[in-house]
Amino acid sequence: MAKSAFLKSSLAKKYWMALTGLFLCLFLMGHLAGNLQLLVPNNALNFNKYALFMTTNPAVKILSYLTYISIIFHAIDGIMLTIQNKAARPVGYAKSNPSANSPWASRNMAVLGTIILVFIVTHMVQFWSRMHFDQNMPLQTIAINMQGMPQEFYVTTDGGYLPKMQVDQKMIIIKDRTDFYDAAANVKIKEGYKDLYKITVAFFQDAKYGLIYTLLYVVAMIVMGFHLLHGFSSAFQSLGLNHSKYTPAIKTLGKGFAILVSLLFAVIPVYIHFFLKA
Amino acid sequence: MSTAKNININLKIWRQKGPNAKGSMETYKLDNVSTASSFLEMLDQLNEQLINERKEPIAFDHDCREGICGMCSLYINGRAHGPDTGITTCQLHMRMFKDGDTIYVEPWRSKAFPVIKDLVVDRSAFDRIQQAGGFVSVNTSGNTIDANATPVPKADADKSFEAAACIGCGACVATCKNGSAMLFVGAKVSQYALLPQGKVEAAQRVLNMVRQMDEEGFGNCTNTGACEIECPKGISLENIARMNREYLKASLT
Ligand code: HEM
Ligand code: SF4
Ligand code: FES
Repeated sequence: MAKSAFLKSSLAKKYWMALTGLFLCLFLMGHLAGNLQLLVPNNALNFNKYALFMTTNPAVKILSYLTYISIIFHAIDGIMLTIQNKAARPVGYAKSNPSANSPWASRNMAVLGTIILVFIVTHMVQFWSRMHFDQNMPLQTIAINMQGMPQEFYVTTDGGYLPKMQVDQKMIIIKDRTDFYDAAANVKIKEGYKDLYKITVAFFQDAKYGLIYTLLYVVAMIVMGFHLLHGFSSAFQSLGLNHSKYTPAIKTLGKGFAILVSLLFAVIPVYIHFFLKA
Repeated sequence: MSTAKNININLKIWRQKGPNAKGSMETYKLDNVSTASSFLEMLDQLNEQLINERKEPIAFDHDCREGICGMCSLYINGRAHGPDTGITTCQLHMRMFKDGDTIYVEPWRSKAFPVIKDLVVDRSAFDRIQQAGGFVSVNTSGNTIDANATPVPKADADKSFEAAACIGCGACVATCKNGSAMLFVGAKVSQYALLPQGKVEAAQRVLNMVRQMDEEGFGNCTNTGACEIECPKGISLENIARMNREYLKASLT
């Protein structure tokens, strides 16, 4: 281990790049499965239940920490590699014709990755940080017809409902963002669901910026698609897996993965902005 | 019947007086170049013209002029060894160009291959990588064993031979956007790793050669595949993957 400089050598950096990159591909599949629930009609509650599960389940927590570490490591390692690679050619060519011998995405991984990084940070500010820290995060409500009159209820995690009126009239107060307390006795009675669904829909349907957000999201997914178009199969080569028996299959799989995953991610905000009735 | 004809061309060539001099692209006009001549013969013709004009001829590397020594090394019109595949610069012919063409000629560009003069670069970094592990230790003091006494599977022998076809020209480094030498090192590692004679020192070899490669200042492969396309000997990316496997194995044991 020591003799190979396992973090520092060029090849070791490549292994970490490939391992973190492939782990992030797994993460993308999980994230996508969750997001696709936004396409199911009248699915707000199920989506919010899923969001609660994803922020509290211990196994998911471990995976999410692995994901944060992977992104940070992948980005730092990628930038370090790119700086070294630039330094390896201090004087450039007066004329070069790179498209004659290599695909565009393979030559622009750092630019594509940096755009993805910017996207990830803004994306986390928009959704992840609100889910985790926003004190004014709305809670899931539902309108139920009571003798012909629609009434708002909070949905609670035990499967019950609390009339919103009682909260408005301060008979029940909300503490710690999700906990319903009996105001008089000051005891916790129930817990609500953070309404991530509502926030997401409001974000992409925003009267002023919704269209821009939607377009930027689609652009980010195209960028990610190109990153993966090269990255997926490249990771196998980095790990030393190249054989005429299976490499063509990995290449095809990688292209399919890149196109399908980015396309499905991108469809969701487009659907919310243009087709979903608020 | 010969289809050769004569063409007139413009050349933009990198001129640099010495290792520390500041170089620049210079423009030359050369008339009556036979399309049957080789690219290096065209440069010879240009040098004669320069000598007749009492100017300094252009320095460029060459030796065998038949694609086997790995000495020639020019970046022509944006491509290592010029606009053709599977050939060295000395095997490039002027029939690849048209009358009136402007042809860019530059040296290999890599921090590890500093320019010595004009189009000549110092590729001794490759020699040092070879010295770090590109050999097998055999006792030759009168008790050598016949090579054929050690059986080698045909498929392995073929792959090893294909890797051994690398002539160390450096086109892979020159064409790689990262200035990476991994195709060269991959070929040298594979050539031995595939044979029983090379297996003995395989772990130490790959660790040493990769360390030397890093120390020389070559970049890191991002699997663009450009080297494989431009390599005159068709060295396959499989060799880089094999080096990656060998290094992983050597690091973990
Ligand atoms: C959704 C997130 C991401 C995924 C799934 C992903 C996936 C991958 C994969 C699979 C590779 C190929 C690794 C290899 O060739 O060994 C790769 C390469 C690369 N990634 Fe990412 N990546 C992501 C985000 C980023 C970010 C945020 C950066 C930030 C700078 C980045 C920069 C790079 C660079 C520079 C490379 C090329 C490195 C090399 O081949 O040596 N990526 N990525
Ligand atoms: S791998 Fe190919 S391009 Fe690189 S040095 Fe060897 S022969 Fe030249
Ligand atoms: S001069 Fe020997 S390979 Fe070109």
